Amino acid sequence: MSVQMSLLAILADGPGYGLQLKNEFESRTGSVWSLNVGQVYTTLSRLERDGLVEQRDGEGGEKLYSITSAGRGRLRRWFSTPSPNGTPTRDELVLKIVMSLDSDEIDSRDVLQAERKAAVRALQEYTFLKRNADESDLGWYFLLDSLIFKTEARVRWLDACEERLKRKSAPRKRAAAQPETEEVRR
Amino acid sequence: MSLILEMVDVTRIHGEGHLAVQALTNASLTVASGELVAVMGPSGSGKTTLLSIAGGLDRQTTGNVQVEGQELSALSASALARLRRRRIGYVFQQLNLIEGLTAAENVSLPLELDGMGLKEARSHAQRALEAVGLQDLGGRFPDDLSGGEQQRVAIARGIVGNRVLLLADEPTGALDSITGEAVLKLMRAHCDAGGGGVLVTHDARFAAWADRVIFLRDGKIVDETDAPDGPESLLNVR
Repeated sequence: MSVQMSLLAILADGPGYGLQLKNEFESRTGSVWSLNVGQVYTTLSRLERDGLVEQRDGEGGEKLYSITSAGRGRLRRWFSTPSPNGTPTRDELVLKIVMSLDSDEIDSRDVLQAERKAAVRALQEYTFLKRNADESDLGWYFLLDSLIFKTEARVRWLDACEERLKRKSAPRKRAAAQPETEEVRR
Repeated sequence: MSLILEMVDVTRIHGEGHLAVQALTNASLTVASGELVAVMGPSGSGKTTLLSIAGGLDRQTTGNVQVEGQELSALSASALARLRRRRIGYVFQQLNLIEGLTAAENVSLPLELDGMGLKEARSHAQRALEAVGLQDLGGRFPDDLSGGEQQRVAIARGIVGNRVLLLADEPTGALDSITGEAVLKLMRAHCDAGGGGVLVTHDARFAAWADRVIFLRDGKIVDETDAPDGPESLLNVR
C-alpha cells in the first residue's frame, strides 16, 4: 500500500519511467527503503489495473507513466486518512524481557542493559547521519527523526522496566519455585 | 590524541562506618581532545558525583583524577580554583544566570573574577556569544531571553576564554527537542574544535550525540558503547 501511494505521490509531480520512479523513491527516502525495478513495475501494473495511473509509449518505446484524476483523488484520501497504528504484534524484545523475569539463570537487568546498549549504539549511528545531513533536505531529517524517536522509545521502555525491577528489590521468581507445603498445612 | 580528562579507579564514599554510602566505585574514564563522552544511568547511579569529581567540585575518596595531565588532588586549593576557572566550563540544568547582568556580562563574569581586564573579558564574551549564535543579544537581560537562548548563554559562559573541558549536567532538561538538539550541536562544536566534553543525561536521544556512551549502575560503570561507524553500518545506503 505505502509503495503504491508513494509512487502515486511522485507521479503527481509529473510523468515518469519505471527506473526514474525507483530512483526518485530512493532519493526521497534517503535510500533507507530500497525498491527493486521488478517491484516498481508490479506496483505500476496494479495501479494501472485500478485506473489510478495510465501509460503511453515514451522515448525509445519505453513506457511512460502518469497519474489519472482517479489517482489524484486516491492520493488525496491517503494523505487525509490517518495511518493505522497497527494491532500489537508479538515483539521479540518484549517477549525476551518478560521471559527473563522467570528465569533462574538470567539476570533481567543484564538482558535490559544489553538491549539498551544496542539501542543507544543505533541512536549514535542515526545521530551521526543527522549531524552530517544537509539542512535543506527536510525529508531526510524527517526520516532520521522517525528512526531516532522509535529507538528512543525503546530505550525509555527499557529504563522503565529497570526502574520497576529496582523497586521490586529482588527479581520476581516463579512462586511455584517455593515449597507449596505451607499452603497445604494451613 | 592528548587526554583532557583521565579518571582512574575513582571511588567516592560519603559518610563513615555503617552510615557510609558508596556513590562511585572504581570508575575509570578518559576524555581525549576532540571527544564528547556521555554518561547515562538511572537517578542515584552516581552520574552527578562523577561529573563533580571530574570538575574538581568534589574530591574522590580514592583514585586519581587528572585534567590536562595535572593531578587535581595534588593541587593547592588556589591552584585548583584557578584550573577550574580557566580550563573547565560547567553547564547545569539550573542555569544560574545572574538576573541583574546582561547576557554578555554573565558570560564575561568568570573571566573578570579571574582578574582579566574588562575589555579583554568582554571581547572573549562576544566571541563565545558568537559561537552560540547570540552575538546580537549580548545586551539583553536573562528575563528578555527565551529558555533556549538562556541555555545558550549558559553554554557561552561554559566555553568562554580558553576552557578546554566542558562538563554538562542535564543541559537539555527543560528544553523542547529541537532546542535541546541545538545545545548538543554547540557541545559537539566545542569538542570538534579540539576541546573535550562530558555530558550527563538520562535522555538517550541526546546521549547519542557523543562519541562514546558510558552506562552507570549503582555507582559502577557497567558498560560502554564506542564511536559510531558511519553511514554504511546501519542503513541500506549504496
